[in-house]
Amino acid sequence: MLWFILRRCGSAVIVLFMGSVLIFLGIRALPGDPATVMAGDEASPAVVAAIRQEFGLDKPLPAQYLDYVTQTLTGNFGRSTQDQLPVIDIIAQRLPVTLELSALAMLVAIVIGVGAGIVAAVRRGRTADYVATGFGLAGLSVPHFWLGLLGILLFAVTWRVLPASGYVPFSEDPAQNLQRMILPSLVLGAGFAAILMRQTRSAMLGALSADYVRTARSKGLSETKVVGAHALRNSLTTVVTVLGLQLGALISGAVVTEQIFVIPGFGKLTVDAVLTRNYPVIQAVVLVTVAGYVLVNLLVDVAYAFLNPRIRLSGARHD
Amino acid sequence: MSLLEITDLSVGFDTEDGLVQAVRDISLTLDEGEILALCGESGCGKSVTAMSVPRLLPPDTTRLSGSVKLDGRELTTLPEAEMRQVRGKSVSVVFQEPMTSLNPSFTVGYQIAEVLRRHEKLSRRDADRRATELLELVGIPAAARRMKEYPHQLSGGMRQRVMIAIAVACQPRVLIADEPTTALDVTIQAGVLDVFRDLRDRLGTAIILITHDLGVVADIADRAVVMYAGRAVEQATVAELFAAPRHPYTLGLMNALPSAAVDGRLAEIPGMVPSPLSDPDECAFHDRCPRVQTDCRMSRPPLVRQGEEHLAACFHPGGQS
Repeated sequence: MLWFILRRCGSAVIVLFMGSVLIFLGIRALPGDPATVMAGDEASPAVVAAIRQEFGLDKPLPAQYLDYVTQTLTGNFGRSTQDQLPVIDIIAQRLPVTLELSALAMLVAIVIGVGAGIVAAVRRGRTADYVATGFGLAGLSVPHFWLGLLGILLFAVTWRVLPASGYVPFSEDPAQNLQRMILPSLVLGAGFAAILMRQTRSAMLGALSADYVRTARSKGLSETKVVGAHALRNSLTTVVTVLGLQLGALISGAVVTEQIFVIPGFGKLTVDAVLTRNYPVIQAVVLVTVAGYVLVNLLVDVAYAFLNPRIRLSGARHD
Repeated sequence: MSLLEITDLSVGFDTEDGLVQAVRDISLTLDEGEILALCGESGCGKSVTAMSVPRLLPPDTTRLSGSVKLDGRELTTLPEAEMRQVRGKSVSVVFQEPMTSLNPSFTVGYQIAEVLRRHEKLSRRDADRRATELLELVGIPAAARRMKEYPHQLSGGMRQRVMIAIAVACQPRVLIADEPTTALDVTIQAGVLDVFRDLRDRLGTAIILITHDLGVVADIADRAVVMYAGRAVEQATVAELFAAPRHPYTLGLMNALPSAAVDGRLAEIPGMVPSPLSDPDECAFHDRCPRVQTDCRMSRPPLVRQGEEHLAACFHPGGQS
């Protein structure tokens, strides 16, 4: 198991390296120049050239990349071209916000999605199944921004039960923080919950018709035990796979959701940084995102091995 | 009073094509320590008959009538919660497919101990100890090590033994074995049958053995019920049945045994089983029967006594002993 994790970490380093090259070249291929944006519309060419030199943007690309990598490896992500603040500080400030939003959205998705999926499978062909499947289809079809606006309109404007937007750090006021996070995490988690519901439902349907479930019933076990232990355990691999695969969607969803609810998170930071061609920030943001993605996939693989004894043992034999 | 009494049991299933009648008016009894074989070809209703006892048929679509009594207690109308006390404790089942009937995500030990903890209220440790003993009882070597293994690490024969260990864990009154040897190699089959015989001798367990293999019937069973198209067509002690089969279908089954083959060819029964959707008043076997006469098409022959402890449903029974 340890060797398996180590090997995974090795491949993570390669993924991170390739990610860094791609993003470095990608943003430089975009039209527009950070120096011009920083200097403003009225600036003279001399000022722009000075700014270029200050940030090392006048060097050839390979030299710039080398600077970037050596800096990054020493934990220095550079300074934002926008406000001169160290990028690492900006990230340290924004990342927890998005992590909280994503974690809450994922919690919403797991509770609603897996719960509704199990109910739909057990009550197959009955009202509960149709209701869950119907909401699942709606959850998949409705875009984030529309759901977000609808949520603001209903909960904040019409019923006045939740604030429309804004963010309060958890450390300052946990109650306020959670209250403001309810709507965004529901909006972000809805589509995710729908996908999880459908996958859980079909996995559970398969498991419930399996011979080992009949065996469990023949032992006189309660239906809770039959469904919750015997059938669910074998469906969880599917659920975990979907969780891992959907993380990318969760991040891009966070970008939109943070814009709607004016939450100062990673998503909003990314959008702002791209708009101002803020190279150091974009590079750092993407690198952190890639790292997060790799980490989650590693966790998914470990979870697989934990859930499915066949994977665990075949892995051990080959190592 | 017999241990198990099934009276006029009929079982149908709601399907998109209408009601499919799988079992019609079956009556049979099972005594303590007796091994009763239910035989017949695929779809004749032998499994459905047996699964009606622990009520393991899909509840939404099953239409069941008649009576199933265990120790005089009616099971068909028992509330589900009480039925769960019966399943795995008084009546347990060994399923046909050892490959898929064990849960791949739990250790063998857990799956045996689970039923002990459910019914015998044993602690985890006591249940584990008892489960290890059970593995030894069914003939699995290095039982303590096997306890921690998962089903995919075991061979088919071993898995079937684990299934048997689960089924006998709570010393059931009735054990239902649904084609327990079909998926196994011939060499392993004999070993599994020995385990059943041993259980009957040691614990007095009554066994319903579902099989299409007359060789298995001759080997282990005391009595046999031959089923065809959802009905019992012949019922006798095994000695009596093999010595003097009355129903032409039973005779056909015996002739289809490899040991009875003439010139290296198996004798098949010509024709097809009638559809379970309709049930005309005639002998269901008349299309395929070598002894068919006009009366077989006019009405259905009842299951009547043909000798001591020998019943057959045929107007023209053969093989008078």
